[in-house]
Amino acid sequence: MARMTLKERYHHMTRLGWQPTYQPMEKVYPQATYEGIKVRNWDDWEDPFRMTMEAYWKYQGEKERKLYAIMDSFAQNNGHLNLSDARYVNALKLFLQGVTPLEYQAHRGFARQARQFPGEGASVACHMQSLDELRHTQTQIHTLSHYNKYFDGFHDFTRWHDRVWYLSVPKSFFDDASTAGPFEFIVSVGFSFEFVLTNLLFVPFMSGAAYNGDMSTVTFGFSAQSDESRHMTLGLQAVKFMLEQHEDNVPIVQQWIDKWLWRGYRVLSLVAAMQDYMLPESPMSWKEAWEIYFEENGGALFQDLERYGIRMPDYAPICAAEKDHLSHQVWGILYNHTAAAAFHTWVPDERKMDWLSAKYPDTFDKYYRPRLEYWRELEQKGERYYSQTLPLICQTCQIPMGFTEVANGDPMQVAYRSTEYNGDRYHFCSDPCQAIFEREPEKFVHAWLPPQQIFQGNCGGASLEDVLKWYNIQPGDNLDYAGSPDEQRWLEWKGLAAAREAAE
Amino acid sequence: MQIDIKAREIKPVRQTYTHLKERFGDKPMSRYQEAIYDVQARENFHYRPTWEPDRELFDPARTRITMGDWYKFLDPRQYYYGAYCITRGRQQDSVEQNFRFVEKRGLVAAMRDENRALVLTHVVPLRHYEWGAYLNNNQICHRGYGTALTAAAQFHAADRLGNAQYLTRMALLLTGNDPAALEAGHGAWMDNDAWQPLRRLMEDSLVVEDWFELFVAQNIAMDGLVHPLFFDRLEKKMTSQGDALLAMLTEFTAEWFAEEKRWADRQIQVAAAENPENKALLSGWYGKWRDLAVEAAKPLAGAVLGDAGEAEAIAADMDARMRKAGLEV
Repeated sequence: MARMTLKERYHHMTRLGWQPTYQPMEKVYPQATYEGIKVRNWDDWEDPFRMTMEAYWKYQGEKERKLYAIMDSFAQNNGHLNLSDARYVNALKLFLQGVTPLEYQAHRGFARQARQFPGEGASVACHMQSLDELRHTQTQIHTLSHYNKYFDGFHDFTRWHDRVWYLSVPKSFFDDASTAGPFEFIVSVGFSFEFVLTNLLFVPFMSGAAYNGDMSTVTFGFSAQSDESRHMTLGLQAVKFMLEQHEDNVPIVQQWIDKWLWRGYRVLSLVAAMQDYMLPESPMSWKEAWEIYFEENGGALFQDLERYGIRMPDYAPICAAEKDHLSHQVWGILYNHTAAAAFHTWVPDERKMDWLSAKYPDTFDKYYRPRLEYWRELEQKGERYYSQTLPLICQTCQIPMGFTEVANGDPMQVAYRSTEYNGDRYHFCSDPCQAIFEREPEKFVHAWLPPQQIFQGNCGGASLEDVLKWYNIQPGDNLDYAGSPDEQRWLEWKGLAAAREAAE
Repeated sequence: MQIDIKAREIKPVRQTYTHLKERFGDKPMSRYQEAIYDVQARENFHYRPTWEPDRELFDPARTRITMGDWYKFLDPRQYYYGAYCITRGRQQDSVEQNFRFVEKRGLVAAMRDENRALVLTHVVPLRHYEWGAYLNNNQICHRGYGTALTAAAQFHAADRLGNAQYLTRMALLLTGNDPAALEAGHGAWMDNDAWQPLRRLMEDSLVVEDWFELFVAQNIAMDGLVHPLFFDRLEKKMTSQGDALLAMLTEFTAEWFAEEKRWADRQIQVAAAENPENKALLSGWYGKWRDLAVEAAKPLAGAVLGDAGEAEAIAADMDARMRKAGLEV
């Protein structure tokens, strides 16, 4: 038998398509050209990994076998009793409500790319990612199913993702990508999110799980690692392919990178708050994670991409300035609006505040500790503060206005931007969000903005009670951790309830 | 004898997620149920697709089939990702054994020359047919509605890619790793007269907009002709002549089709039972694509079995399946 290299063999295993002659190319691949990306030759595509279906089934099947064994054992042994603290579980709530549905969207989106990219190499890589994303959706639902049995805030995650105000942040992010053309989709999800930002999502959640005794979630994280590394290489390969195919692609790709890194960064601000405030034991602060995974790793990446004419987005200095503030500001927003959220918030205890001071020496004690202490005083007087009004939110990222003019040297001034389009005024949290809107206003005017929808009567009524009913947020899902059923059950399971009563 | 292990018992607050509780009551659910039901977003989409601005991102109107509940499209195999990969992974062991057996026993050299030639010119081009089916099922996953059907379509797409890869391995094994065999197969798919009606039909299916019609065209009509023709009739003919190689090297594909039919037929049955309009639509689509598939299969049946009429006989089996599924045939 003649020798054949692995590369040649994989080539034959995947170059299975043909040039249609009975139907025109543009009807068979109707999405391939409308974004203006020019592809001279799909045969130039370098396969980012070489896995046949046979190898995929065997390898993934084996991983699933192990993962489900751990999941079963976790449930059988009431693994949730080994957590550092029940507050930790709120990070998982945010994950199931906000991230799992995005994994699903990625599954459907990559199925589209697998069908729409005329090159077989790109198609097969996208197809495998589509399968992987379905895996992540389903294994997350299965992993967290056990938590759903013992904690509130998990039970209606699909409805919440479609309806609840803070979840329109991740949902609109992914709807934006999925409604874009196939090339923009792969820059947004495959490159910006999977390649540049994924560690900023994964490290807080999965290392957070490891630090807080959550063996089930951390096992999922380890099990997903090899999938993620395939997704990262696909994202980078896709971008390099576009840049190498034609110089006219460079400005288009640059514009997408600018848009999607900012969109991703704004979504991750929810993760920043989770990471710094929800995790009882924190592996690292948001600021540290940003410095390592974006400034160092991302910086090296953009140096590498310079030869194609790609540069770091102009707004990188805004992110750098905000890193000392981001998590504190978002936690403040969440704390104020927890009456209408399906997770708990709280004022961190002294130990946590000291950790925050140490991690944010320039800002925490100066700007944020006093505010938290004030809220704690109110709580102690029995006047826990909840916002009674609907916030103004950003038309693009959909986060309530609460980011400040940090980059312009005024961290106490909330940033507002606005613009007019077709006689209506639109509001933004920042210059990049405004710029993103102004490039595609006809798209962004369609955003489903939760406060506006409530005012228009599309969310069950005008009162908080009506809206909560429409959300199906039930008692126990929302409000402060203190006094919640989650807390009560935790104290009972841990045998702390009696001790606490005695102390009081 | 039972050994008692004292474990702490902690009462759960609920047994499952709300969307499942609303369907089945508060009781423990299977992994399949939790993985499938209501996972796709349903409402409050933010933007119009730039690739189809008159539709929502997920939109039931991408087919003319209508359903009160899109989660009736259950998979009789109950595949969620884990169950699917574990099943397929296990099947690979016997595939490996078959490939090893063929090599060890020198079955390639022992094969009749005319059968070997026939496999190269008339089975290997199916690599491209399977690729077309892979594209079509990715399309069903992309454009379809409801995770129950779309997830299974994505597994189906993966199976088709697997089929194409086994055909590739077979061609390489038959020719001592000569890529010319693959090029010749591609040439036959593009230019050989016997293949052209099928390739034309495949290309016509690639531009079908209604994803449920596409399901009928690909997974019922075309596959219902092509798979039995090559992986049943032709295999049996060669095996009866003493050449078991084709049967051994495509055993996975033959077994897969038997399994897949159960799923595909169930989808037709569910949609047809929903309302008379669905039944009429499906019957019409089936009639149209069935006739086209029979015509496309005739020259191939003539070439591999020496009897073009065998296409009608295979179609008769398929008609019986569809009658059983509730269609007017």
